[in-house]
Amino acid sequence: MVGLVVVSHSSKAAEGICEIAAEMGGEDASIVPAGGTEDGRVGTSADLIRAAIEEAGQSGPVVVLVDLGSAVMNAELAIEMGDVEAVIADAPVLEGALNAAATAAGSKATLESVREAAENAAGVSKT
Amino acid sequence: MAETDTQREAVLTAVERVTDRIAEEKGHLTDLDSAIGDADHGANLDRGFGKALAAVEDSEDDPAEIVKTVGVTLVSAVGGASGPLYGGSIMTASQELEGGITADSSVAFAEAYLKKVKDRGGARIGDKTMVDALTPAVHTYKKSIEEDELSPVTALSKAVDAAERGVRFTTPIRANKGRASYLGWRSVGHPDPGATSTLYIMEELLAVASEYCEGDVETDAEADQSPEETPGEGAE
Repeated sequence: MVGLVVVSHSSKAAEGICEIAAEMGGEDASIVPAGGTEDGRVGTSADLIRAAIEEAGQSGPVVVLVDLGSAVMNAELAIEMGDVEAVIADAPVLEGALNAAATAAGSKATLESVREAAENAAGVSKT
Repeated sequence: MAETDTQREAVLTAVERVTDRIAEEKGHLTDLDSAIGDADHGANLDRGFGKALAAVEDSEDDPAEIVKTVGVTLVSAVGGASGPLYGGSIMTASQELEGGITADSSVAFAEAYLKKVKDRGGARIGDKTMVDALTPAVHTYKKSIEEDELSPVTALSKAVDAAERGVRFTTPIRANKGRASYLGWRSVGHPDPGATSTLYIMEELLAVASEYCEGDVETDAEADQSPEETPGEGAE
């Protein structure tokens, strides 16, 4: 199974996005938030992201959804430091997480298919 | 510079001086960052270097290992983009110092650091980031040592001058990377906080190098050689 990690500068945002995405992923989905810093500030933490990737990656590779700037850099670092196979999706964090969760729930999901689903969210029009 | 003990002492002194300087400039860096960013640069770096100093203060490790620990600690403690940019790049570049700190290994360190900052952040010259101070500084340092055969201290002093011009260059340009880029034209007229903190750190490294390297240089340079301006430096 492909796991998902949602990285945001805000722990509330990360948890909220996971809450919304989990509705698409069914009961088995492995969607883990990694928001804010370890001491609860706005920001991102490579250590928190790494721990989240390990949690989400217990039974397969992991697609990481990110919001801004340091989220991308800290997610890259976390992937480099850890042992779990993981990639960052170049996608809007909320829509990407929804698409990824919907795809990750399927029995044929692969790292690439889930990343692609997340990245397809980039072009979705809202009006 | 000679033996491991002296190099360790110099590295620890550098960590201490950089930490003190960042603590002094914390308010100023935060002011710069509130003008064009998220107002956390001073506080983030201050927290990061405070923890880094605590992590290495009584270390008996090799200099390269101490530098690596500083990087690892910054990654964990900073929280903003400066964590991966400063910390991650120091971590990677510290490998270049494993055989000891020499003129050559310091150039390799500087180049590895610049490369990692650019790869990690994706910023190029003119994006109004730390890359604008770092690139001319590293190029000047390398050229001063390898082409002009200046002493490391003289080379570093020229590199600091180049970084200072790099910081000034960031003021009138519009940001294309980082949080400031969200402000568009409103980012014009303010120096970049990351370029500014890069300069402060380099100034402290120069002070420590001057203290420890006097009369003990690898390249055997003519210290009184007139410092030439290098037209076009930093223009990539």
